[in-house]
Amino acid sequence: MTTMINVPETAAKGEIVEVKVLISHPMETGFRIGMDGARVPRDILHALVATYNGVEVYRVDIRPSVSANPFFAFHLRAEESGEVVIAWTNETGQTFAETRPITVT
Amino acid sequence: MIRAACLLLALALPLAAEERRSGYDDMTPELQQMQDDEFSNPGMLWVGEGEALWSAPAGAGDKACADCHGDAGDSMAGTAARYPAWDDELAAPVDLSGRVNLCRRRHQQAEPLERESREMLALTTFLTFQSRGQPIAPPEDPRLDPWRAEGEALFGTRMGQLNLACAACHDDNAGGHLLAALIPEGHPTGYPQYRLEWQDMGSLQRRFGNCLFGVRAEPFAPGAREYIALELYLKQRAAGMAVEAPAIRP
Repeated sequence: MTTMINVPETAAKGEIVEVKVLISHPMETGFRIGMDGARVPRDILHALVATYNGVEVYRVDIRPSVSANPFFAFHLRAEESGEVVIAWTNETGQTFAETRPITVT
Repeated sequence: MIRAACLLLALALPLAAEERRSGYDDMTPELQQMQDDEFSNPGMLWVGEGEALWSAPAGAGDKACADCHGDAGDSMAGTAARYPAWDDELAAPVDLSGRVNLCRRRHQQAEPLERESREMLALTTFLTFQSRGQPIAPPEDPRLDPWRAEGEALFGTRMGQLNLACAACHDDNAGGHLLAALIPEGHPTGYPQYRLEWQDMGSLQRRFGNCLFGVRAEPFAPGAREYIALELYLKQRAAGMAVEAPAIRP
């Protein structure tokens, strides 16, 4: 699964920075009928959680209406150096996580 | 009256680069921003996958694209901007997807990729991305001229149950509307491109197929000579406009 996550590498203390997350995923709704007449099984992401040094800063409950290759953006206040972890759960309950460092000066 | 006069004037003069409009120019600022920001442009996912494929060995030759071509940033800058180009062995023009498959056959001994497959779109998006911002530069190769003429003829040929030619919309009624959708001038600046309607990446030939389906004509086979001829004509028509790939379109 390809993802593109943009956390600024450096930030001034107290600065508000934007984090962008783009995940490659079909986000199949489960409502579509395939060429064989059968319903295409649902395959969506269910939750996306971002933590900053262990503290949850962003959480999304994702539903079938979200488009393919979903994009999320949120802001956080850079208080100290550490890491931002983005974790998301797929249809089968598997959780994936990506970590990005941030240096606060 | 003035508008009619302007219209006549516009029809009488060949379109210069600055008078032509890319589909980008008519998008909302939000979509333009989505295309311009590499972290929100979903096409960049395909660029990333293509970059990985570029250096992944394939086929019996166990060679990667990068083994011959090296860094794509150097070797492939401007390449997509001049395609389709002539292939001596085939004695015919090939588009970028065709070139990828020729390379796979001749140098990698690998199976060809299907045109709309994820791998092919990833590779061609990655390759075209190396020309982003450069002007479309069709080669001045006289062997391509008959093909361009064929493409131009096809562009003006009425097809399908609706009996419409490409030119009926994209030349005569560009800027008008089909229901709510704005009719673009039809410059292939952004392919492969991400269409929100498709929720996916697609090639120029997928777009051709869409238009043909729309006028209730039978689309040509993938990679058909007609598509290559049309692409050659459209690239000539869009010569000098900037490559935008991966573009976003509604």
